[in-house]
Amino acid sequence: MVTVEFLGPIGKEPIQLDITNLLELSQKLKEDESLKEWLECSAVAINDKIVASKDHPLQDGDKISLLPPVCGG
Amino acid sequence: MLELYEGALDVPEILKRWYEEEAKSNYGAFIPFVGTVRAENGIEGLSFDIYEPILTNWFDAWQAEAKKRGALLKMAHSKGDVLLHQSSYIAAVFSPKRRVALETIEEFVEDFKASAPIWKYDLKNGERIYAKERSTAIKGSGILS
Repeated sequence: MVTVEFLGPIGKEPIQLDITNLLELSQKLKEDESLKEWLECSAVAINDKIVASKDHPLQDGDKISLLPPVCGG
Repeated sequence: MLELYEGALDVPEILKRWYEEEAKSNYGAFIPFVGTVRAENGIEGLSFDIYEPILTNWFDAWQAEAKKRGALLKMAHSKGDVLLHQSSYIAAVFSPKRRVALETIEEFVEDFKASAPIWKYDLKNGERIYAKERSTAIKGSGILS
């Protein structure tokens, strides 16, 4: 089981999913119409490290974060 | 040295303290950058969300890079609401010589805008509106689409 959290303006509560890689996560999240615009522009972190590719295995207990476009300052 | 505050920054206190902390460290140059909320587009202020674990990792990586250059970075940022003419962001670099300080502050602030996990909202008519058009997608975004 992994936890998926949606940061900043996405405004969605964390969810728990029984998945083993990011490809499965992508398929799962695409089922949610409200996330469509966010998936295109969000970065993905696994356990607080941003990853560059979808070919990434997931371990039980991993935390995945979706980071939409940023603007500090 | 990363400092996060609820609401607006106390700019004179922070700059004075940072100056005094390094006054005897033998740095020849100290360059602070202060970001202040301007009145534009009818906003009443700005508001910020921060994801601290990744911000801390990002800052620590930059501090390591600055150290290689013989420099030191300090940064302060607001969480929550910051009203017009108040400040939400201070970045500062200390280094032995001016050239490294000038180059480092520019690269640091530019990468901050592109990569730091902070989300900005306009405060307008009592609402908190995500500043989507002014935001930048982090490098590597879109892998789930």
